Amino acid sequence: MMKPLLILCTVVAAASNFGAAQATVHMEPENLKGPRVLEDQTRTTVIRDYLQAWQGLHAAMEQNRPDLLSADFVGTSKDKLADTIQQQAALGIHTRYTDVSHDLQIVFYSPEGLSIEMTDKVEYDVEVLDHDKVTATQRVTARYVVVMTPAEVRWRVRVFQAVPD
Amino acid sequence: MKSGLTIVLSGLALAATQLALAQGASLTVPKSIQAGSAFSIPSTGSGSATLYIIGPGQALKRDVQLGQATDFAAGTLYNAGRYLAVLSGGSAPETDAFDVVPAKSPSTVSFLAKPSRLPVGLHNGITGAAYVFDAYHNLIVTPMPVSFELSTPSGVVQRTVESNKGVAWTALDSTEHQGIDRFVAHIGDVSTTRIVGQVPGDPCGLKMSARQDGQRLDLATEPVRDCKGNAVPDGTIVTFTETFRGGLSTVDVPIKRGVAEVQMPIVNGATISVASGVVMGNQIGWGK
Repeated sequence: MMKPLLILCTVVAAASNFGAAQATVHMEPENLKGPRVLEDQTRTTVIRDYLQAWQGLHAAMEQNRPDLLSADFVGTSKDKLADTIQQQAALGIHTRYTDVSHDLQIVFYSPEGLSIEMTDKVEYDVEVLDHDKVTATQRVTARYVVVMTPAEVRWRVRVFQAVPD
Repeated sequence: MKSGLTIVLSGLALAATQLALAQGASLTVPKSIQAGSAFSIPSTGSGSATLYIIGPGQALKRDVQLGQATDFAAGTLYNAGRYLAVLSGGSAPETDAFDVVPAKSPSTVSFLAKPSRLPVGLHNGITGAAYVFDAYHNLIVTPMPVSFELSTPSGVVQRTVESNKGVAWTALDSTEHQGIDRFVAHIGDVSTTRIVGQVPGDPCGLKMSARQDGQRLDLATEPVRDCKGNAVPDGTIVTFTETFRGGLSTVDVPIKRGVAEVQMPIVNGATISVASGVVMGNQIGWGK
């Protein structure tokens, strides 16, 4: 009981350092499928980097700037998000994705240590703006499957995909 | 003055008409759509409006006639995720969320395999994790059987694992024979291959012999092999050490054509030992 609480506090504190303090974060006990032990430091870093990725998503989608994705996203997820930003820009739309709460669970740490998969039952607000006029605001609840891989100094999001509950 | 008033009144009338036309508008969104498939979103009401399909994966915008269905051709919406459908045109937008789910058939397997080179005879030494994607690079999260196959010079090892949340993994032993192995992850007729090199392990039973040649000793190992009988590769360093009263002489020699050879000076009462890395071989005492 103490350990998840400790992790939660650590993660929230870590997120606060990156200006992502608004969203509440809950960490489910791990349900790891795999032989590799997940060290506390790795766990904390992965969660911190994932929460920071939401800030990157927010900024990139709001400003229609795909370059803002590079710090947090890589591979397919980055390509897809960048395509969306280009579509938004072409349509005169921009969007604000503001995460409200996260319920995270790490489900897989690959044996060679090159990927971590987790699920996130996330609540977020979506604001759609068409030529700077707010068209709609909606709170969305979704379960995301996220795969993160290590880069030079941090973990980056490689798969970022909502799946039906 | 009069014409300006007319324009303003006309504009107000038009806006009121659009509002009235768009009143009572609603849309019916399917709860789930398979990635890349055609779909339709019917609406009620009358007049014109704008339909937005918004998600992190894609953004679409269509002018629609209320009361009619808006058709989206196959291949229009293909990135899996949760989307928001927003019908805008009236006083308040109509919104609804829906999911785009991955296509059912896998198209690519992203296969992380490690290591690319390892010693023979290592328990669970070869690991692989396979992520399964559809043709649109969506992670297929429904369970699927993934087959891992390690083809080695001495045979084939196969294991089938059901994917969980899009990923399946396995760990296999390296075999007893050195060589180049093919490590393949299959799902249906989709596969990805990685090459794994199995190299001999540390020398095992390292043994040398000595023969006098004038004032020198010819030292030579027997063919250097690992514990599985694989020849340790040429270039591996073997260390000969001669210890005598008040002195020590060490020579590092690479294995050539399977053996390590060196000449060392004869010192009566010397002890000569051989080692490779942390593996010790035999000792020879000379002239006692």
